[in-house]
Amino acid sequence: MAALRRYARNPAALLGAVLLLLVIAVALSAPLLFPKDPLGLAGRPLQWPFVNPKVWLGTDASGRDIAAQIFHGARVSLLIGLVATVIAIAIGIAVGAVAGFYSGLVDDVLMRVTEAFQTLPNFLLLLVLVAVFGSDITTVTVAIGLVSWPAPARLTRAEFLTLRNREFVQACRVLGMGDARIIAREILPNALPPVIVYASVVMAVAILLESALAFLNLSDPNVASWGNLIGAGRGVLRTQWYVSAIPGVAILVTVLAVSLVGQGLNDALNPRLRGPAPVKAPA
Amino acid sequence: MSELLSVKNLSVRLPPGADRSHALSDVSLTLAANEILCVVGESGSGKSVLANTVMRLLPPGVRPDAGAVLFQGRDLVGASEAEMRRLRGAKIGMIFQEPMTALNPLRRAGDQIAETFRIHTRLGARAIRDKTLALLDEVRMPDPRAALRAYPHELSGGQRQRVMIAMALALEPALLIADEPTTALDVTTQGRILALIREIQARRGMGVLFITHDFGVVAEIADRVAVMQAGRLVEEGPADAVLNRPQAPYTRALIGAVPPLLPRAPRPGTDAAPILTIEGVSKTYRKGGGFLSGRPRVTHAVRDVSLSLPRGTTLGIVGESGSGKSTLARCIVRLLDPETGTIRLGDTGAGPVDLASLSRRAMRAEARRVQMVFQDPFASLNPRRRAGELVAQGPMLLGVSRADAMAKARELFGLVGLDPAAMDRLPHEFSGGQRQRIGLARALALEPDLLVADEPVSALDVSVQAQVLALLDGLRDRLGLSMLFITHDLRVAGQICDRIAVMKDGAVVEAGPTAEVFSAPQAAYTRALLDAVPGRGWIPGRAPIPAAVSAV
Amino acid sequence: MTILLLALRRLAASLPTLLVILAGLFLLLQLAPGDTVDALMAQMGGGDPATAEELRRYYGLDLPAAAQLGRYLWRLVQLDLGQSAIYGKPVATVIAERLPVTLLLMGASLTLAFLGGTFLGVLAARRIGQWPDTLISTLGLMFYATPSFWFGLMGIVLFAIHLGWLPAGGFEEVGAGYTGLAHVLDVARHLVLPTLTLALVFLATYLRIMRASMLEVMSLDYVRTARAKGLGETGIIVRHALRNALLPMVTLVGLQAGTMLGGSVVVESVFALPGLGRLAYESVVQRDLNTLLGIVFVSALLVITVNFLVDLIYGRLDPRIAAGR
Repeated sequence: MAALRRYARNPAALLGAVLLLLVIAVALSAPLLFPKDPLGLAGRPLQWPFVNPKVWLGTDASGRDIAAQIFHGARVSLLIGLVATVIAIAIGIAVGAVAGFYSGLVDDVLMRVTEAFQTLPNFLLLLVLVAVFGSDITTVTVAIGLVSWPAPARLTRAEFLTLRNREFVQACRVLGMGDARIIAREILPNALPPVIVYASVVMAVAILLESALAFLNLSDPNVASWGNLIGAGRGVLRTQWYVSAIPGVAILVTVLAVSLVGQGLNDALNPRLRGPAPVKAPA
Repeated sequence: MSELLSVKNLSVRLPPGADRSHALSDVSLTLAANEILCVVGESGSGKSVLANTVMRLLPPGVRPDAGAVLFQGRDLVGASEAEMRRLRGAKIGMIFQEPMTALNPLRRAGDQIAETFRIHTRLGARAIRDKTLALLDEVRMPDPRAALRAYPHELSGGQRQRVMIAMALALEPALLIADEPTTALDVTTQGRILALIREIQARRGMGVLFITHDFGVVAEIADRVAVMQAGRLVEEGPADAVLNRPQAPYTRALIGAVPPLLPRAPRPGTDAAPILTIEGVSKTYRKGGGFLSGRPRVTHAVRDVSLSLPRGTTLGIVGESGSGKSTLARCIVRLLDPETGTIRLGDTGAGPVDLASLSRRAMRAEARRVQMVFQDPFASLNPRRRAGELVAQGPMLLGVSRADAMAKARELFGLVGLDPAAMDRLPHEFSGGQRQRIGLARALALEPDLLVADEPVSALDVSVQAQVLALLDGLRDRLGLSMLFITHDLRVAGQICDRIAVMKDGAVVEAGPTAEVFSAPQAAYTRALLDAVPGRGWIPGRAPIPAAVSAV
Repeated sequence: MTILLLALRRLAASLPTLLVILAGLFLLLQLAPGDTVDALMAQMGGGDPATAEELRRYYGLDLPAAAQLGRYLWRLVQLDLGQSAIYGKPVATVIAERLPVTLLLMGASLTLAFLGGTFLGVLAARRIGQWPDTLISTLGLMFYATPSFWFGLMGIVLFAIHLGWLPAGGFEEVGAGYTGLAHVLDVARHLVLPTLTLALVFLATYLRIMRASMLEVMSLDYVRTARAKGLGETGIIVRHALRNALLPMVTLVGLQAGTMLGGSVVVESVFALPGLGRLAYESVVQRDLNTLLGIVFVSALLVITVNFLVDLIYGRLDPRIAAGR
């Protein structure tokens, strides 16, 4: 509760929450406001924004409504970001917890695998996965999750490494508690906050990865994705730059919102990390 | 004697949201050149704030709002930052508590000492080097030339503190501020550093403002003593008067809580049959040596230790850091697996069990017979579990129903002197001493035959320490507990242990009844340890015994 | 010496893992629908099955997967990356042609991001809570949230199309035939926007880490010791805080080397730079899996090399490393 109050007192964090709610509202209202296929023909191609009230953000080179694509794109971005993050964090926690708790050979093997994944450039690995398994939206989402788990795994492992030698964990062992229970019930709840905060970074990166993939025309062409729209606008960049500019702003706002919320959570959960070290409170 | 430092009606304000409005309230003190003034108090008394106010190194938001600090007649509270920089290091030197973190890990020791010269003088590189060497020699650094080029991590804690002292003394300051300089050191090292400070102080005629929580240290080094409590000065006077004829009730209570360096009176029945017999236990640590990471470095943490603990008594394991005492304790509760030897736990119906040979699974089943109390009251309780739950956890693991376990926890709360109404609070809502009681209740919940206590009072203030020790002693008698008590503090050991085993470098160098070990130590190391206890000649609450007689 | 040995040991430890991963990738690619020959045939506008069969035999694609893997790994050890079906040249040659552009781009971006991030991070930490900190931190957040390809496109719109200051893409003016200094300047002009584009997100990351790291270091005990010696704020930053605060930054460079290489795929595509990243993109589109695998291999080697250098630098910065901590 104290954390929630600290969060509410942080203007940047509040701004993030407002922006994020806005993006979520946009995503939820998309089927209501734009019930038609956002990729269908909506009018004369390349209309500038704020000219024709029927397509108030204008149309792209194929005559599709940009506003409809932005609204439906929010669904895609949030969904891909969320699911990929859940996948990455779940794998990361599982690998990191086991590696950090057991150390020794298990840790060695798991960390080699993690390092190997970090050695392969993640976007390149994503390209390989898409090249092999195709680029429908499910595949892309899972692939993004699969290339994003090493960082959360390392973070979880680091937390487990410090926590497992804490005296309260030793006390549980002395009480005769089993490993699985110690990992899940004693250490994990204490290791979780920084990982949850890091999830915001994973989500921001996941949204950026998908948009980059879509921009290169390697994501699912059958869904309205912001990256797709930016890529489609490249051909008319010289004159109708707004086709690429508008979805870029949408991505920026979404990623910014996620990052601000993450940072706000971090500051709220670890108050001592803000600013210079506070005074030792006299006991 | 001329007045070197004079603190007049000083008040220091804390930022809003702190526990109290002022860290210091209306404190007045004087320090003459050529004397050591000890400022003593428990945590939160404001003694460190006082030191940092003189040096003007207060954290942001903490500032003096009344009074003055006069150093050689100049007011430091109103001095400009540039003026303070000229004084710091040159006229006022300071040494800190943590030798591990007070030196920059990336720069050589010699370079860090030399920096003081570079800041305040125009000496050439060669002259600075010579002076630095001379300083290292003066602080009795073994091999000063090597120390010059050593990085902090290559030095021991005591050596680092010598480097700090050399740094603080480089420009022959008139005032040395020492903020708990020996608290993080082992007792023998502490003895040497205290002697060094005293010797240099006398030779140079410096004034020393010495901050400490330890009355033993005060007795060892102080010319005058100032006692602080919650930001206020409680009592001030010559060392002999304050230590032996304290006037203020707080001082009396504090001094009364200091355990004398005397063995406890022998108790009857301390020669019962052993409940714990340790034979030939060894444990080595291997560092590195994993996959492709080179040859492992082997540390023999515990070597061939054999001990026995009679039922219903307390066996103290005493030693400095690195002596293997904590490793031994962890082998007994099987947080670590000993490599050799047997750890037989006496017969409770089922006959003796060799804990050392049990599998992890089997050990879990025996867990209730040996329990442990840990050192750090802040790290030893899961911050996310409520106090009652923490205590009830053990019985619940054994299959006791939640309701029964909570009822038992309630009973135990009363037993260890906690209010059962506090059971649904989280650990951070308790003080250090209360947390240690929760840890004790958790261990007792399983009704163990043997309680292993690993430095259970070393993180506590002296008055709280006395209460917890009294509680442990009382519980042992009431519950017929057998206790293995790990400590680095001979005063504490003398207070509570029936027998003592002294460990050094992983081996037991001496073991016997406390009175015998104290009065006729056999091993040279035991004698050194006893000699190094600060203020050993001072028995709290009694007139001082002349040094010659107090050959304990 | 110890540092070099430690770094070499870590280097040696990473190579077998790399081979295992490549083997995994190779088997993964076996799952891909269609192989190089299909792609080739499609490019030639179709062809009879007999030709396809012959080509498969030529490329060794008719062998069982395990045999192909064995052959592939053996050739990797000899640094023979096979033949690129699309370009009709050895993969190694194709990659060698493209590598310098990517190295140049990465080197320039890394330098810019590292120096800029360090400088801005220190500045923000020094003025914490005041307007320079707010400004720098806000800019950092914005840069971090901006998709690099979009930033690149907008850069093209502004600087190439509207202002006409910089070229919109390419590595050099084709057909201009510049030599010597003129050539260098020409390439530099072409690289300004791509470098900025790639560097921006890393600059944002570095400045955040540097700011946090500086704040952390400035609160440590030895900084207080330096103050107690009478050292001024500038002296404290230069002599005590900076080097210590740089340690996490150096680690980060190693960790992010792969990310940066991935980022260059997008940036090179935006600016039509003939680098490794663009090659990766082309080989995905054209299903030239042999080349793609080669690029992955070379990229991994590159990342391992960067990490080796990072280990060396870290060892020089931190004397505790040689002592094995």
